[in-house]
Order: sequence, then structure tokens, then C-alpha cells
Amino acid sequence: MKPESLEQFEKTGDRFLLDMAELEESGTKVAGLYCLFAPVEIVRAAGAIPVSLCGKKEKPIAEAERILPPNLCPLIKSSYGYAATDTCPYFSASDFLVGETTCDGKKKMYEFLGQIKPLHLMHLPYTTSEPHALHFWYEELLRLGRFVEEHTGIKIDREQLRSQIRVHNRMRSLVRKISSFQAAERIPLSGLDMMTVMESKSFFVHPDRYIDLLEKFVSELETIAASGYSPFEPGAPRILLTGCPVGRGSEKVLRLIEECGGAVVCMENCTGVKGLDPVDEEEEDPFLALARRYLQLPCSCMASNTGRLALLDRLIGEYSADGVVDLTWQCCHTYNIESRIVGDRIETKHSMPFLHIETDYSNSDTEQLRTRIEAFLEVARWKQSTGPAAQSGVR
Amino acid sequence: MNPDAPSDSLIGIDIGSRSIELVELYPDGPSRRLKVPTTFDPLGQCRKLMDGVNGSRVIATGYGRKLFAENFRQVEVSTITEIQAYALGARFLHPEARTVLDIGGQDTKVISLSESGKVLKFEMNDRCAAGTGKFLEFMATALQVLLESFGDFALRSDRRIQISSMCTVFAESEATSLMARGERAENIAMGLHMAIVERTTAMLRRVGMTPPLVFAGGVAHNPCVVRLFEEKLGQFPIVPHDPDMVGALGAALYAGNGVFHRV
Repeated sequence: MKPESLEQFEKTGDRFLLDMAELEESGTKVAGLYCLFAPVEIVRAAGAIPVSLCGKKEKPIAEAERILPPNLCPLIKSSYGYAATDTCPYFSASDFLVGETTCDGKKKMYEFLGQIKPLHLMHLPYTTSEPHALHFWYEELLRLGRFVEEHTGIKIDREQLRSQIRVHNRMRSLVRKISSFQAAERIPLSGLDMMTVMESKSFFVHPDRYIDLLEKFVSELETIAASGYSPFEPGAPRILLTGCPVGRGSEKVLRLIEECGGAVVCMENCTGVKGLDPVDEEEEDPFLALARRYLQLPCSCMASNTGRLALLDRLIGEYSADGVVDLTWQCCHTYNIESRIVGDRIETKHSMPFLHIETDYSNSDTEQLRTRIEAFLEVARWKQSTGPAAQSGVR
Repeated sequence: MNPDAPSDSLIGIDIGSRSIELVELYPDGPSRRLKVPTTFDPLGQCRKLMDGVNGSRVIATGYGRKLFAENFRQVEVSTITEIQAYALGARFLHPEARTVLDIGGQDTKVISLSESGKVLKFEMNDRCAAGTGKFLEFMATALQVLLESFGDFALRSDRRIQISSMCTVFAESEATSLMARGERAENIAMGLHMAIVERTTAMLRRVGMTPPLVFAGGVAHNPCVVRLFEEKLGQFPIVPHDPDMVGALGAALYAGNGVFHRV
């Protein structure tokens, strides 16, 4: 019993390209983005349409390795490979690119990408707590605004920016609501399908139509939830997936968890619920409101990244998780190192099984991963049957 | 299958990368233990083993467990992971075990057990077979020593040299350059064994390493690895009588006891 409109989410990419084709005459510019740190409100306020660029499949990696060293994370190599081989339709559609200095690998890769298309690099501070970090990031947002203005020829009007903030807040609150259906005891949607829905949020041309689609999906989920249907067996261990971004093409760990009988109830990553907090609509300076909110993204590139631990604490409770899987793409140093911090928190504070997986986009380790994930779920099931929730008879 | 024999035996089969083990337990009789190499035809090898069994319920474990379950439909097959199987098997043989180490043909597992024998935490090497039985096999071949006597060969070393590469390919070139410098093959062999133990000890520390430690899997046959663990950990690892049978035994026990019951 899949929601009817799920198919539309599966096709958001195609829809995006069709809608853009219609706008071709108007000269509307497309901004290709790679990361959640890019404030889409600014891009839209300057009249451009933001879109996420490809970087989740293994195919173009071989080509990327002609230029980039092989021991880089697959996300960076795939992103560059798609661009270099011109096989990502969103990249082809982009008039300019926005990158961020989230990690050393990306930062240096963007130097090559900038040779293909105009690229604006946003410099990130590596702390969220120092006041001058906010000030620096605020300046970076203004600089992004000027860059987009130059490319579109449209001045950012502060009222327009405020209106974009409201629209995106609305959109994000709907996506949050959709995700929260998975907190129910009977989980209405598979984690894989939920991933498809979550991923759609960076592929829409018309925000109003996208919001309509999200609203429709909410009502369909309400119906499914009321019927008590779930694609999972009762008692399937509820898994929170955290770590590096995943999406269609790089979903192997999520898929394996669900093939082995687990239910991925929530994704604490960039594809998932990480970037869904609202921007302050009341703040007088919309750039400042955006700078505050975007700087708080709990990314492992920050030192320290305590926001991620707080978010995990909250999500574990909200989604009644039985275990946490932390996915690191090979050679992503920040997530890899941070995994120990996350693991300690999960095991000591939550007494919950924790599994760290380090892998790449290839399928060469599928069976080893399957064994580890199956064994992890065996432990999670056992914990589930002996944990405090089981003893008190409530979930 | 023999139709006249009693059919209430419990069967566990562990389909590993290098060998397949089968244990058949009878409620009131001796158990049967069989072992064959995996070869390139694991299913054919499984068929050979299954020809002689009497029971109708099989628990399969090891990396070939899915393949087995898909192909032996004439018996009732369930699968468990090697983690669960080794935990059950090791606890049955040594009820005091709190940590289980299994070094097999292509992977290494360390499992930490609760006082009551449940799996608390585990670590497994990822895709690379560095530091596993395969590594030793490859290096024994490179030094032209039989795998079965590689441990004893290494114990005849007169000097400890450090081999820092854990990657099979790099370790071989490191060994080659040591040979070119006139280093004795026994000393190189010792260095390779030390490298394995070093790496595995790090994994053991990550799960907490509560003693006593049961050391199972094919590599537990190697006296040099056992000796080095003893030196490194300051305690003697318990090596079961048939260390490579522990997974199949655990699977057979699982067949009889349901999911999480102490055997």
C-alpha cells in the first residue's frame, strides 16, 4: 500500500527538467548546488532556480580518477566525474555553481570544477559558536548574493528574500511532518521510499506546486497511518541512519538494513532531517536570519559538532530508535573521526547498539556488509526484547 | 539422506571462503563433524556434506549462507550470521568466555559477550582481507612454506623484525626487500605473524577485550599466532579443540534452541 503520489516524487528530477525547459525562453538561470550550506533562499530571491547536482553514483568515478587521486571520498569523485563527463542533466542545465569549503577534498576539487562552469566558493568558518564566525558567514552570504545578482541581473529585494524564507520554511515544515510519520509504532513507509521523498526537496522549479504535492502526500500518509498498514514486520528493529549523505545511487547501506529486516525510521544526514529547522521569519535582516540558521547545520566539518549529538539525542527519542547506524564514505575524515564520538554517545547515554560502516559506492563489499548489518540487527532485536521499553511493556 | 536413520538431529553448516564445516548433533549420541575445502563449487561441496546427514532442519552460517538457503529447499533452512554462530559455539564449549575472536579465511571478527553470553558488540574487518587467514596463506606461499607449518616456521625465528604493511600486496614487497637484504625467511615469517596480531589486538581493544578470550577459526591452529596473542595480551587465549568447527557448532546449537536461549 504505497501512497499514490510517491511516483511523482520518484520523478521529481524529470519534472524539474521539463519545468525548466518551459522556462527556457524567459532566460531563467539555474544554480547548481552540492551542499546544504548553500542558502537556496538567496538564490531564489535573485531570480535563479537552485538544483542539487549529481554525485551519488559510482559510474563516473573512473573518469574522475584521471584527474583526482583515487583515495578521495566517492562523493567528491562522483560529483567531479559527472561534471567532467557531462552526464548529469542538472549540471548541464546549470548556468553557474555554488560550492562550500566543507572539507579539504571538496575545496580543492572545486578548483577543477571552476574550469568547467562559473563557480562561486562559499568559505565556511569551522566553528558555530564564536560570534565572529557568524559575522564571517554573514559576509559570505552577502557575497553569494552579489554573485547570483551578477549572473541573473536581478537585485535581491529584502522583501522578496523574506518571502522566500517563508516559502522554504513552509516546505521544510511539511518535509519534517512527512518524516515524523515514521515515528509511529506502525511505520507507514519504507525507509527507501522515504529517502526518495526527502531527496525530492532539492529538485523543484515551482515552490507552490511542490508544496501542493507535499500536502497531498501528507494526507495520503494520514490515510495509510490510520489503516495501520506498514511495509515492515511487527517488531522490526527501528534504525536511525546517520553520517554522510545518501540518495538514489548511494543507498546500498539503507537498502541492506531493510533487506535484512530492519526499518530505517529516520535519516540524520543531509538528505534526511538535518537541514529542516526553520529560519527566523521575524528577524529584521533576512541575511542575518539565514546566516544564523545555516551556520547551525550540525555538519562534521565543524569543530566541535555538538549540535549533531543533540540532534541525535532528540531523534532517538522521537523515533523510538532501537539502534544507530553511522555511515562514513571512505576517506571522509571528519565523519570518520566523529564516528567514535557519536558511538560513545549512543552506547553510553542511550545504551543502544551502534554500528559504524565505512564504505564507498561500489558493491564489492555487499556481502561483508550484509553480515555486519544482520549481526547488528540480531543485537538490536535482543536489546529490544530486554530493554527498558520491553520490560515496562511500552514502546 | 538416509531415510532409516533418526531425523531429530540438529545440523549446522558454516560455509566459509576457504572451508565448509558441518556439525550434526544428536540428542543422545555422539556428534558428527565434517570439513571440506570450499573450492570454486561451494554448492557441490555442500551437497557432498549433506548427503550423509539425517536431520531435516539446517542452520546455515558463513558467507555462503544465503546461497545454501536458496539451493537446499528439500530441508528446512534458516540462516544466522557468523557473529551469532561463533558466539553460541564458543560459549557452549567455554561457558566462561567473554570475548570471542575468530580469524577465518577472509575475515576477522571480534565479539564481546555479556555475562549471560549475549552478543554485546562486535567488530569485523571490512572488505580487505588484510590480517586474515588469506594473508597468511599468501605469505606462506611467497616464502615457499606449507601453510600448515607456517606458524612453526615463524617460531624458529631468531630476531623480531617489524613489518608495517598490512596490505597483502605491500607486505609482500616489504618481505621481498627484506629477503634482498639477506634477512632469514623465519624472521620475515615472524614479522608477518606479528603484523596480524598487532592489527587484531587493536580490534580486540575496540570492543573492550574482557577476559577470558576464546580464539576460534582456522587461524587458531597456528601456534605462532596463539603465542603472540599470549605475549601481547598477557593472557593465554583459549583455543577450542576444533577451532574451525565453532561456527558450524554454534549454528547447530541455534537449531535446537531458538533465538536467544543459552544452550
